[in-house]
This record gives sequence, C-alpha cells and structure tokens, in this order.
Amino acid sequence: MPQAKTAGADAALVDALKGTWKGILKISVLLVATYLAAQGLASVLNPADYRALPVLGNRTAVWIVAELHLMFAAFVLGVPIFAFITEIVGVVTKERRYDDLAREFTKLLAMAYTLTAALGCLLLVLLLVLYPKFTGYLSKLFKPTWALYVALIFTEVLFAYLYWFTWDILQGARKRWHLLLGALVNIVGTALLFVADIWVTFMMSPAGLDEMGNLTSLWAAINNHTWMPINVHRLLANVAFGGAIVAAYAAVRFLAATSAEERARFDWMGYVGSFIAIAAFIPLPFAGYWLGREIYQFSEQMGVSMMGGGFSWLWILQAMLIGSLFFGANFYLWLGMGRIPGAERYVRFQGPMMLVLTLGFIVWATPRSIIATGAEMTAMGGSHHPFLGLFGVMAAKNTAVNLMILTTFLAFMLYRRANRVPVVPWAATAKAVQAAAIAVAGAVVLYYGVYSYYVPSNVRIGFSVYQVLAVLAAMTVFVAIDIPMLRGAREIGAIRWGDIPARAQYGLFFLAIAFTWLMGLMGYIRSGIRQYWHVYGRVMDESAHAYTMTHGHATLIVSFIVLVFFALVAMVFWMAARHGSARAGA
Amino acid sequence: MQRFAFSITVLIWAAVYAGLKLLVSPPVPTSVVTMYMVLTVIGTLIFVAANEARFAHFVAPIRSVFTGEAPRAVQVVVLVAIPAAVAWVTYQRVVPSADAPFEARVVHPEPPASFPLHGKRMEVAGLANPLRSTGPELRKRIAEGKTVYFRNCFFCHGDTLAGDGHFAGAFLPIPGNFRDVGTISMLQESYVFWRVATGGRGLPKGATPWNSAMPVWQNFLTEDEMWKVILYIYDASGSTPRTWDEAVSHAKH
Repeated sequence: MPQAKTAGADAALVDALKGTWKGILKISVLLVATYLAAQGLASVLNPADYRALPVLGNRTAVWIVAELHLMFAAFVLGVPIFAFITEIVGVVTKERRYDDLAREFTKLLAMAYTLTAALGCLLLVLLLVLYPKFTGYLSKLFKPTWALYVALIFTEVLFAYLYWFTWDILQGARKRWHLLLGALVNIVGTALLFVADIWVTFMMSPAGLDEMGNLTSLWAAINNHTWMPINVHRLLANVAFGGAIVAAYAAVRFLAATSAEERARFDWMGYVGSFIAIAAFIPLPFAGYWLGREIYQFSEQMGVSMMGGGFSWLWILQAMLIGSLFFGANFYLWLGMGRIPGAERYVRFQGPMMLVLTLGFIVWATPRSIIATGAEMTAMGGSHHPFLGLFGVMAAKNTAVNLMILTTFLAFMLYRRANRVPVVPWAATAKAVQAAAIAVAGAVVLYYGVYSYYVPSNVRIGFSVYQVLAVLAAMTVFVAIDIPMLRGAREIGAIRWGDIPARAQYGLFFLAIAFTWLMGLMGYIRSGIRQYWHVYGRVMDESAHAYTMTHGHATLIVSFIVLVFFALVAMVFWMAARHGSARAGA
Repeated sequence: MQRFAFSITVLIWAAVYAGLKLLVSPPVPTSVVTMYMVLTVIGTLIFVAANEARFAHFVAPIRSVFTGEAPRAVQVVVLVAIPAAVAWVTYQRVVPSADAPFEARVVHPEPPASFPLHGKRMEVAGLANPLRSTGPELRKRIAEGKTVYFRNCFFCHGDTLAGDGHFAGAFLPIPGNFRDVGTISMLQESYVFWRVATGGRGLPKGATPWNSAMPVWQNFLTEDEMWKVILYIYDASGSTPRTWDEAVSHAKH
C-alpha cells in the first residue's frame, strides 16, 4: 500500500511538472511569435515615424487592445490575490469550502493567462508597427526594465502553474508549501504590475531627464511622481476587480442553479467575492485622491485639464458609477441580512444609512459648472449656483465620499455580527466605544468639510488627510474591538445560504460591470490628459490621431471594450466549466 | 410603517421635488433637479427593495392596480396618469422655445504650456508673482493694484469683487466673483495672470472663448500692473493663491 501511495504521489508530481512545462512552453511560443512578427513586419514595411492602420485607426486599435490587456492583467493579478486570501482563510478556519473556492478560481488562470499574454503580444506588435519611433525611444530608455519584465513573466507563469497543478499534492502537512507558492505568485505578479506601471507613469509624469531629453537617472525616471500612487491604486483595484468578477460568476451560477445545494454554494461564493471586492474598494478613493494630488504636484496644467478642464465632465460619470457602487454594495449587504437570523435587529439602521448614502451621492455627483439654459444661467448669475455650487468643490466631495465609506463600512460590520451575540462581559462598553468611534469620525469629517470653505486651498488640501485619517482610525478601532468581542459569541441561528432574492444576484452582476466600466473610463482619463503628448511635455504625439475626441465617442469605445471583455470572460468561464465537467465525466 | 411603504416613498419623492422647486433660491436648473430626483428615486427604491417585507408592501398596491384588484377608479386614474405624464414630458421637450440651448462650458480650463505676452512667450510652469513679498513694500504694491483695479476691472467685477459691477448684468456669463471659494482661491497666481493677460480670447475652445467679455489686458496694462492687480484681488477678497509644496513638487524633476 505505501508503495502504491508513493507511486500515485510521484505520478501527480510528474503531471504537475508536465502541466507547468506546457504553460511555460505556451508563453515562450507566444513571445517568440511576437518577436518574429515584429521583426518580419519591420523588415517588410517602409521606415516611418508613424504608420496608419486602416478602418479602426492607430489610437483606437491600441486603446482597445491595451485596455483589454489591462483588464485581463487585472483579472490574472486580482484572482490569485483573491485565491490566496481565501486559501489562508480556509487554513485558519479549517473550513474545506474556502480551499475549494480558491481552487475553483485558480483553475481559471491558465486560460486567462493565455488570453492576457496574447493581448499583450498583440499590443506590442501594434506599438512596434504603428508607433515605431516612439516605441523605440521608450524601449531604449527603459532597456533594463524590459529584460526584468520578461524574466518576471516567466517566473510568474512558473509559480502560477505550479500553484495550480500542485493543489492536490500539497495538502495537509504540505499546505504551507502551497501557501508559499501562492505568496510567490502574488509577489511576482505585483512586481510585474509595478514594472509595467513604470512605462505608463513615465509617459504621464516624466522625470530623470535633462533639458535635451537624455536620461540622467533611471531610478528617477522609474520613481516618477505618479508611479507609486498608480501602483497602489491598481493593486487595490485589482483585488476589488478580482472579487467583483468572482461574485458576478457566482451570481450567474446562482441564477442558473437547479438545486438548493447549488444555490447555497454559489450564494456563499458571491458573498465571499463581494466581501473582498468591497473591502478593497473602501480604501480605493483614498488611493485615487493621492494619485490626483500627485498629478497636480507634477503639473497644475495636467491637473486642471483632468479635474476642471475638458475631462471634468467625465468625472460626473465617474461620480455616478462610484455612487452606484456604494448603493449596490449596501443593497446586496442589506438583502443578504434577510437570510441571517438575528439581522432584524439592525433593519432600523437602514433608513438613516440610506439617507446618508443618497445625500452623499447627490453631493458627490453635483457638478461645479451646472448645465443650464440661458434663463437659468441669468437667474443664477452664471454657471455656478450660489448655494448648490458649494457642493461642486472638492471639500464637499471629500466629505461626501468619506461619509459614504463610513456608512458602507458600518453596513459591513452589522452584516458580520448579524447572527451573533457577544458573550464577553465588556460587550456593552465595547459597543459604546465602537459607536463613539463612528460618531467622532463622522463629526471630524463634517467639521473639516465645513471648515474647508473658510481657509485657503493649500490648507484645505491638508484637511482631506485629517478626514481620511479619522475614517481609517474609526475603522481600525471598530475592527480591533469587534474581533475579540465576537470571539466565542453566541450564535442566534445558522445563515440560510441560498435563501436570498434573485435581485441580490443582479446587484452583484451590476457591481462587476460598474467596476469594469470604471476601469475603462478612468484609464481613458488617465491616458487622455496627456493630450497631444506621448511623454507629457517631452515627446509630442505628431500622428494624425493626436486630438482629444468627444466624450460621447470616447465613452462608446469604453463601453465596447467592456462588452468585449465580458464576452471573453464568459468564454473563459464557459471553457473552464466545460473542462471541469469533461474531467468529471471521465 | 412598512405597511405604508408605497405611500411613504411617493410622498418622499413629492417632498424632495417640491423642496427643490420651492425652497431653493435662485431656482435650481432643470438638469440638477432631474439628477437629484433620479438619485432620490433610485435611493428610495434600493432602500425599499433591500428588505423582503418592505418590498412586498411596496409592490402590493402596484400589483393590485395591474391585476385588477384595486378599485376601478384607481385603475383608471393610474392608466390615464401614466400616458398623460409621458405626453406632458414629451410636449415639454419638443415645444419651441426662444431660450438659449444647454451650455457645457468649462469654467476653469487648463492653461497652455506658454502664452504670448508683449511680444515674448511666458512659460506657465514655474511662473510666480515677482511682486509678492512679505516686506512693507507689499502693502504699497497692493495699494497700486487697487488703483489699477478701480480704473479697469471694477466696472464689471464690482467694488466688493463679487462679480456684480455696473456692467455685470449685461454679460452672460457674468464676470467672476472673486469672493466665491471656487474662483481665485482655487487657482495659482500664474493661472490668474494668464487669464488676465490673455482675456476671453485666450481661452481654449472648450471654454468657449467667444463667450467671454474679458478684455485682453496685456493690450492695456503693463506686466507689473497685472501682477499688482492680482495682489490686490487676493488681498481684498480675503483669499490666498493656491500654492504647492515646492520642495515636494520639484524634488523629482
């Protein structure tokens, strides 16, 4: 028997190594094909600074492929983070279902990696063929980072495939080795993201160059104004995105489920996905604010162009989407409380919380310059309303979004304790301290929000930091008390997984679409504010497409990209499900 | 309360609409009323739909109308009211009007990288007010700026800098209100200098340069006079120009 067991383990190990080898081979073939295609086209085509792509045009083609590549990259970076967190939760709680969930999503990675790599290769070919001069300039400038990037791709693929193929082998006492692989996948994935961000952020906020454009410091060029803010912003967004996609997948499976067990399983999966998505989404506005601040620090012109100039109208769309995400998240949590015995204690808080969210959304979405008819403008004395105009500035927006974050956090915490009654003797005091922490944070946010109107703008900007710190401090205090308070808590009843209305699943689906659309929109704004520059203020875009398109046109392209992305994701899910059922059948 | 979910919801919508229409002065533009109402309706519907019991009570009266359980009179009123409301909105949208169309004007457009001034080019990046100092000479310059202001700018921007000078009513959009926290206190002096020096004609296309009466002041004032008047408007409006942490801003360049 022991001999048979050893032979089985050896066979599994051989299978794992074979699978990993195939994955590396696949990526190698793709990269070699890209290199050959680029070289072949370069030798066939006439030398030129720019070449024109018929029908779509250079910019639109690069835009679509780059954004799709980025979305899939976010998916393949976000899902392992999701899987790793879930796997750790499974180890800590000793609940098998967390491990199964992590495994189910890691299964998707092989297909998604291939798509990401294929899109990346296509993007590279497009850049080399359509923008040869600029791509050459950037490649030369960042030569060492390209080598690092390719090395990281292979390392990531190696760890990711090993992570997947060794799942069954590295169980039990060997689990820690599997967790180590999961950590390595995510560390290398994050490093990949950071390297790719070097080129993107250098184009936005170049540094490390002398007056003639020669590189004086590679590190200064890498560590430019926007590099670290974008790294952090994208990392958080990837986690939120990965969670949202997982939740949407679960929602679809829930709606198609034919048995109570299936419904319960996918309801739980949707909850875990949305939990991770919303947890990562809560600090995202802070990271976004940091990025915006750095853009202003780098170039006021670029900052004004983004927030007050031609692109400012797109921020109204962004505000609508972010507000909708807050609405959607709370809607799902509240509906989810319907399946938790004991949650009825907290239903009375929903009214005031919805009031804060709606008022916050209203302030968040109020434009500074209002669209008005001539008669309305005359009545207002310009395009600013003397009263509503107060909501149009950042002081009001920061106040609104901080209160919305605080409210959503509170909804989360109430959900978490819905079916539990703390048994520790100090529970009443602890709850009072938690309530005080939330109230104080709300008061600090409001105080600085109002006081902002009475101080100069450079002082006002500093206030936003106090607001953020107050909210983060309240969250920390709340969670720090919550964990020991609910340890060993009495359970009122078990959560009735699967007993949730179908409209909650549409809420989850909405979250995923809103996240994706937001990524597309914000990506366009981030890239678009360079306007007619390849590298802002340094290398001018002299192609025929160096104009800023209308917002209508731009948002249509963003919508198209989102549709294509979901079609491709659906294909990945479908193929993974087909592969799974085929294996089950065999 | 849950039993009256539908009635309370409709009452909230009506109250918010009435409040926006009747309590805010000057009147709230239609675009904003529409946006606020949409958000109010969505917010209340989400609140209603987030709880099964509440949702059931909310849907019950609607269902009763469309399944024929409600009194005949209520059914008739609802079935007449819905097409009538749609017809009214349609009529409002298509009825001819002499009013100017909506205007998506950019109020704070991005400044250019550089602009012409008295035959030379001024780079916006790094441009600072050369007359801003902390010594006693600052008061003298502000006083000189005041003279420039009252000889040139006061007629439109007003004696209190609130954008309500004698000529203000003749312009649309009206002159800038420097006491508004959303105007000069949000801007760097370099930005204000660009706007003063190049006037309405210097605005980029998105900011509709044809729709500003601001003269090109470099044709009438010296560079020093423009910087002095900027000192004055910040001082008199009680605001300070936007500044950046220079050490941070330039450390990476």
